[in-house]
This record gives sequence, structure tokens and C-alpha cells, in this order.
Amino acid sequence: MNSTIPTEELRSITLSVYRFDPGKDKKAYMQDIEIEVPVNKDLMVLDALVLAKKQETSLSFRRSCGEGVCGSDGMNINGKNGLACVTPLSEAIKGEKLVVKPMPGLPVVRDLIVDMKQFFDQLEKVKPYLITKDEAPEQERKQSPEEREKLDGLYECILCGCCSTACPSFWWNPDKFLGPAALLQSWRFIADSRDQATEERLDDLDDAFSLYRCHGIMNCVSVCPKGLNPTEAISNIRKKLINRKK
Amino acid sequence: MKVDEIIKAKNLPIKDFDGIIIGGGGSGMRTSLQLAESGLKTAVISKVFPTRSHTVSAQGGITCAIQSDDPEDDWRWHMFDTVKGSDYIGDQDAIEYMCSEGPKAIFELEHMGLPFSRTEEGRIYQRPFGGQSKDYGRGGQASRTCAAADRTGHSLLHTLYQANLKAGTDFLNEWFAIDLVLNSEKEVTGVIAFEIESGEIFYIRSRATVLATGGAGRIYASTTNALINSGDGIGMALRAGFPVQDIEMWQFHPTGIYGHGTLVTEGCRGEGGYLINNEGERFMERYAPNAKDLASRDVVARAMAKEILEGRGCGTNQDHIKLRLDHLGPEVVHKRLPGITELSKTFAHVDPAVEPIPVVPTCHYMMGGIPTNIHGQVITIKDGKDSLVNGLYAAGEVACVSVHGGNRLGGNSLLDLVVFGRAAGIYIEKSLKQGLSLQLSSEDDIDQALNRLNNLNSSKDGKETAELKKGMQQNMQNNFGVFRRGDLMEKGIEDLTNTRNAFENIYLSDKSAFFNTARIEALELQNLFEVAEATAITANERKESRGAHARDDFPERDDDNWLKHSIYFSSDKSVSKRDVNFRPNTVQAFQPEERKY
Ligand SMILES: Cc1cc2nc3c(=O)[nH]c(=O)nc-3n(C[C@H](O)[C@H](O)[C@H](O)COP(=O)(O)OP(=O)(O)OC[C@H]3O[C@@H](n4cnc5c(N)ncnc54)[C@H](O)[C@@H]3O)c2cc1C
Ligand code: SF4
Ligand code: SF4
Ligand code: FES
Repeated sequence: MNSTIPTEELRSITLSVYRFDPGKDKKAYMQDIEIEVPVNKDLMVLDALVLAKKQETSLSFRRSCGEGVCGSDGMNINGKNGLACVTPLSEAIKGEKLVVKPMPGLPVVRDLIVDMKQFFDQLEKVKPYLITKDEAPEQERKQSPEEREKLDGLYECILCGCCSTACPSFWWNPDKFLGPAALLQSWRFIADSRDQATEERLDDLDDAFSLYRCHGIMNCVSVCPKGLNPTEAISNIRKKLINRKK
Repeated sequence: MKVDEIIKAKNLPIKDFDGIIIGGGGSGMRTSLQLAESGLKTAVISKVFPTRSHTVSAQGGITCAIQSDDPEDDWRWHMFDTVKGSDYIGDQDAIEYMCSEGPKAIFELEHMGLPFSRTEEGRIYQRPFGGQSKDYGRGGQASRTCAAADRTGHSLLHTLYQANLKAGTDFLNEWFAIDLVLNSEKEVTGVIAFEIESGEIFYIRSRATVLATGGAGRIYASTTNALINSGDGIGMALRAGFPVQDIEMWQFHPTGIYGHGTLVTEGCRGEGGYLINNEGERFMERYAPNAKDLASRDVVARAMAKEILEGRGCGTNQDHIKLRLDHLGPEVVHKRLPGITELSKTFAHVDPAVEPIPVVPTCHYMMGGIPTNIHGQVITIKDGKDSLVNGLYAAGEVACVSVHGGNRLGGNSLLDLVVFGRAAGIYIEKSLKQGLSLQLSSEDDIDQALNRLNNLNSSKDGKETAELKKGMQQNMQNNFGVFRRGDLMEKGIEDLTNTRNAFENIYLSDKSAFFNTARIEALELQNLFEVAEATAITANERKESRGAHARDDFPERDDDNWLKHSIYFSSDKSVSKRDVNFRPNTVQAFQPEERKY
């Protein structure tokens, strides 16, 4: 079964991509690469990058699933963070030019690839795993559909980094402010009826930086490719912190 | 030492671990969790950050008789379905182990925090999947697939990553494993691997090396598999002189999105969706009067291919089928299948609550793989007899234990990952603590494992990756797809033979040491080629139709000659037969019958 749709008519577009190879480049630069794309089919930005890599084999970027679930290919597309594999060219392109850069705020390893270490370090700080004190039952722990529903909009995070690297507070204090992705995960466990470490978790967040550096600018919400809402999670944690001080 | 140099064993730095697991997918991280919790020095090597592994894409669920939907459910019924689904070449001792140990493994995942969907009673939600029955096929459709909406793989993989963080597993993230290192006894003592970002290369030495590298769906032009699914573990095993089993058995999933390949889960049909042809007919009623759209995957994929071949396909080219969900109402579609709604809108431009989704059978899963026993120990064949390979283990899609035989049932792969990942971990812990030791590898042995990389680094001309890949994928697609035929397969094999040299001598123009994805893609393509050739040669040898292997020239199942596993060695391209296990421990074996759904 051949499921490639026949495509005849082509048009050319210019991809302007950020290039940097620490092995040979002193400085990063932008490179224009012309590619031919079909007229009658909307490609994704990732497809365009793959076409560009056929000409410029050294062009480097991460990718895996190709369907927006693995979180590999977060990048800055015409000024906005997003996943290349689920961003259609028709949406992204302005005129005939597509500008693609690495996600801002993190060190660039090569071309479109950033070093995600700070991002994952912050994630680990929120103890992103279920903590229970009671012994586990023989079967599953019970949870009602209503309790489970509280995790919707939280557990779906794919750790792509689009949000944290769009957050000015994270740019300024990537080592102290946890950033929207880590805070969303923190709330994912606080909100879980099975988790028994809420107090500990709140203690860990109760300083001037970890959480309180969020100024509610909502950049994170507007870029999240999974439609999640870190700002709301952060304000839920804030409410918990305030309530327990009373 | 950097990956862009010509590398000699005597200069190569060594890292030592008690156990190494190559692969951070569901199977690898279940194995590592077991080992890390036992206090052994364990590392996971993964070419992508673990939560980017392909397990993340699994949608529909994990099948297991946990008695939530039906308190009377029985793991033996699950076993019956799995044996029947495998078209009787699944090993019954392994299937028995998976189905009976399964509930333990599922409850463990829940205890780690996996956010399963829930029933009103607060138990884990289960949905119907294809090929499931109650009471050994006599009691109608079962609902046995445990689900976290349609994001079960995502939930499972993230939960396992979280549990490994908690247990303190060492992660070598974004490291690429090139080849296994052997010793003079042909035992495995570790692997050559490099850190992708810096290009630093090491011999990673260990007394237990676990291959958990996942599938290889990228041998086909159209597949539901991630771009990283390049069969690296299969390539490594074949080059090291170990065999693969039943590698001709490739599952074509009925519902890949037309024109893109992205999967829409069988859970869609489990929730009540059905397939229609261009006359709007629900054609599965003709092919499988009882199970209809929930017949086994091989059965549904063939029916769809037939409809298309006979001119009843949809669209201007009459080349696809449609999957209807709109009659279920937006409530069910959006609540139970939110991920599918998102994918259909993105890749097929339809809202499934309103319009049917265009789909075609698409390469999905590798039933074959590296033969192992239920402890994950790799098996090779010496003088016609099974022989265990010291130091080497395999689990997950790369392994063939074999629970899927000729056709895997939906939801059984995720179960396979956690049950056998756990079993391998338990066994390795025991054997290491008993003081298993291996002879050291010599410099010559290590140089052997560096050959491929050195060859690539010194390449000066030849064909590049993208050019070679396309031809191979098209060849596999055209000649080794849903329906197969001797003359076409022979042509396909000839093509592969003629191009082998070009694949072995790929030209790498970018020789940078830093995050060089061109080098990785070249190494991956060589692995894909090994999988493709193994598939092609074995498919041509199996002269019958069984499970997913459907031949126009041998349309019948041949139990007299082929109620057997196939075994393939790449060194001499030989295909031989191995007995299927019909000796479960606690139940009577299920004997081959005609498969009706
Ligand atoms: C779209 C889709 C949906 C599916 N849905 C379901 C479902 O609902 N239920 C079900 O039971 N099954 C499902 N399956 C099948 C199932 O998801 C897979 O079989 C399973 O996840 C494979 O897991 P794994 O651990 O074997 O490998 P993977 O998850 O593929 O992981 C492989 C790992 O190996 C690493 N690796 C590979 N090569 C190298 C190398 N050379 N060096 C270093 N690291 C390497 C990778 O980085 C990765 O971490 C689905 C499959 C697909 C394609
Ligand atoms: S709302 Fe808070 S977390 Fe989100 S981008 Fe703004 S400052 Fe950052
Ligand atoms: S919250 Fe959204 S943007 Fe942020 S890491 Fe998760 S999925 Fe990505
Ligand atoms: S490639 Fe996986 S999210 Fe884009």
C-alpha cells in the first residue's frame, strides 16, 4: 500500500536557519536555504527542515515522533516557540521566508539544538514523582473519575521546553526560578489524590524565587503546543501557599 | 577521544558498570528500575532523552486481566486470545508468564503514579480491543485494555522515568551505541558508545548488557514508527553473529492516517468506531461476522487492502478507507479520544466527531526480534540446539521472547515491555549477585567493534544517507507489504544484494564531532539495512501464510512444515527452523485451530 499522495507542482521557499558548529564556527550566523515544497499539500516545518538537510547534510536538529508527542523539536519558528513537527508551513510562514532559530535562553549546542540541562535540573527539583507514605494495596489505589479529572491538563506535558524558554523570568534566573514546566509538574503531583507529600512540596517552593518570580505574563500558556496552562497551575500553588499561612 | 577520529582500542577510555541497558523506552526503564532499586551500579544509555522514546506514542492501552471491567475475567482467557492471535507460533510458556504476571506489573505501575483513567468504582478503566474474548472465545467480546485516555504510552513512559529518577538510576542521555564488544568465547562484555553532544567515545564495560532498543518500522516507506526506530539493536546483534527470529512477521496496523502514517488507535474501534468503503458499507461484517471491526489486526488490514484492490477504496484515487467515529457523539470522542482528535485535525484536517478519518494499513510493529527466554537471556543456535549467550539480554520490541508470534494483539506490547523488562532485571540482579564473571575482551575484539565507525569516518566518496534510504524503503513497501509474492520478493532481495556495498560504504560528508546527526543517521541506516535484508530473505523462505505474513502464492497455513519459528543469521544469510514452545507450566497447551473472528 503506497500512501504517499502524488504531488507534482512545486514552489520554492527560503528557509533562514540559525547555524553554529562549535567545532568550526567562532560565531553563530543565519543561513538561507532554498527548498522546493509541494503546492497542493501543507507540509510541517519539520518536513521543511528534513528537505533542507538533504541539501545541507550538516544542518542539525532533534526530532523523533513526528506527531507532537515526544517533545524533541521545540524551536523558535518565525519568532514563536513551537514544535516543528506539528506547525504547518501555511501557519508559520510570513511571505516566502521561514526563520528558524533555537529556543531562546538556553546555551546552543549546535544549530537548532539547545542544552536542556538547566530545564531538567529545575524539573528534578520539584520531585516529579508520586510520593506515598502508606503501604501500597495489593491492587491499584482507588481514585474516582472526578479526582482523576484534576490531572487533566497537567499529566500531558511532553517536557518540550517551549514554555520555560519563552518565559522572561526563567531567562533571568534559570537556576533559581523553577520555570513554568517544572511548576506545572509540581502541581500535577500536589493535585493527585494519591500523593501524600503536599506539605513537603509546598515547603520546597516557599522562597522568594522558586515560584514567586512568575509575573503572570502568560507567554508560557500562549506557546504550549499541548494547550496546557502553567500560569493557572502556578496560581493554584500560590493559593495553597497563602491559605496555609492563614 | 572523539568520535570523528580513527579510533584504536588501545587509546579508548573505559567506563565500568554492573549493568547497562541500551534503550530508555518502556522496556529499558522497567529493567533499569529493577536494577537501580537493587543497589547495582546501573546505567541507561539512550540516543534520545528517555521520555522522547517511541513508547511515548503508544495510545490505546495495555492489555491485562486485572478484573476491573469484568470481575470474572481470567488471565487464561487472555492467554488463549494471545496464542490464537499469534497464529500459534507464540511460545506458550512465555505467553503464560506474561498473562499471569501481568496484573502485578500493572498494579506496580499504578503505585508509581501512572494516571490511568478510572471507572465509577475508582478502579482502572478498561476498553475493548481487537482479538479479545471471554471464556476462551465462547463468551463474546472482552474489555481488557487498561487505558490512560488515549495517551497510555505517554503516561507509562513518563511514570517510569519519574520512578527511575526517584530510584537514582544513572542516565547517559543522548548517547549512541554503535556495536557490541565480544570476547574470545563470543560472550558480550559491553558496547562502544559516544556522547552525541561532545562526541566523546567510550568502551562501556559491563557483565550484563541489555538491548532494549525498540523497533525498526522505518524500513518501510509508510509507517507509524518514530524517525528514530531504526533497529539498532537488531543490527548490533546480527553483526555480532547472533540470530533473529520470526523477523518476517511485520504488523500492518489498519488505521494509519492516509498520506502521513500517523497512527489512530484501535481504541477508536474499541469505543465503537467502524470502517467503511466508498459505498459507505461497513465491510468488516463480511470478513469477520462476529468480531467485525475488532477482529485481529492482520485480518482487518488484509480486508482493507482487498477492498482497495477491488476498487472500493475512497477518494479520487480510490486508495484509502474511512474510519467513522462521528456517530459516537462529541462527548465520547473528545473525552475518550482527545489525542486522536488532535492528531486527526493536524494531519488529516478532519474533526473525527464530525467527519470520518481517511486511513490505510501502515507498518506498525516488529513481531520478530532477538530470541530470548523469559529471563531476557539471548538465545543463539549451536549445532541445531538452543544455547544461551553470556552477558547479553534483550527486552521489548527488539526481543522475540516470543509472545506475539505471527501477529501481535493490541495492548500486548506495553505489557510485554513491563513484564519482561522486570523479569530481565530480576534475573540479572540474581546472577550478578551470585558473582557471574566474563573473560576480558582483547584489543582485537574491541577494534572489531570499532570497524564500522572507522570506516564511516574515513569515507571519501559514495552515496549519502538520504539517497540510499529512500530506495530501500520503497523496495520494502512494494515487495514485502501486506500481501507478498515469491517473484516480487526475489526481485526485492536482488535489489538489496546489489546495494549492500553502497550501504556498507556510505559517504559521510559532515565529519564534525559535535551533535552530528548526519553521522547518527548513517549508522542508523546501516542497521535498518540489516533488518530489511533479514526480513526479505526470511519472508521469501517461509512458504505459507500465517499471521501477518500473507502470500498470494502460498495462501494456506502449513502446520506440517511451518508451525515453527524462523531463525536467520546474517553471516551466511541462512534461514532455519526452531520449535515453538507448547509446554506451559500450569495449563494445557492450546492446539492450533483455524482462526475465525
Ligand atoms: C504509534 C504507536 C502506537 C502504539 N500503541 C500501542 C498501544 O496502545 N499498546 C501497546 O501495547 N503497544 C502499542 N504500540 C507498540 C509499543 O508502543 C512499542 O512496541 C513499544 O513502546 C516499544 O518499546 P521499547 O521499550 O521496546 O522501545 P522504545 O520505546 O522504542 O525505546 C527504544 C529506546 O532505545 C534507544 N535506542 C535505540 N537505539 C539506540 C542506540 N543505538 N543507542 C542508544 N540508544 C538507543 C532509544 O533512545 C529509546 O530510548 C504502539 C506503537 C506505535 C508505533
Ligand atoms: S506566566 Fe509566569 S511562568 Fe508563565 S511565562 Fe509568565 S512569568 Fe513565566
Ligand atoms: S507545559 Fe507545554 S510547553 Fe511546557 S514543557 Fe510541557 S508541553 Fe512543553
Ligand atoms: S518530533 Fe516529537 S514532538 Fe516533534
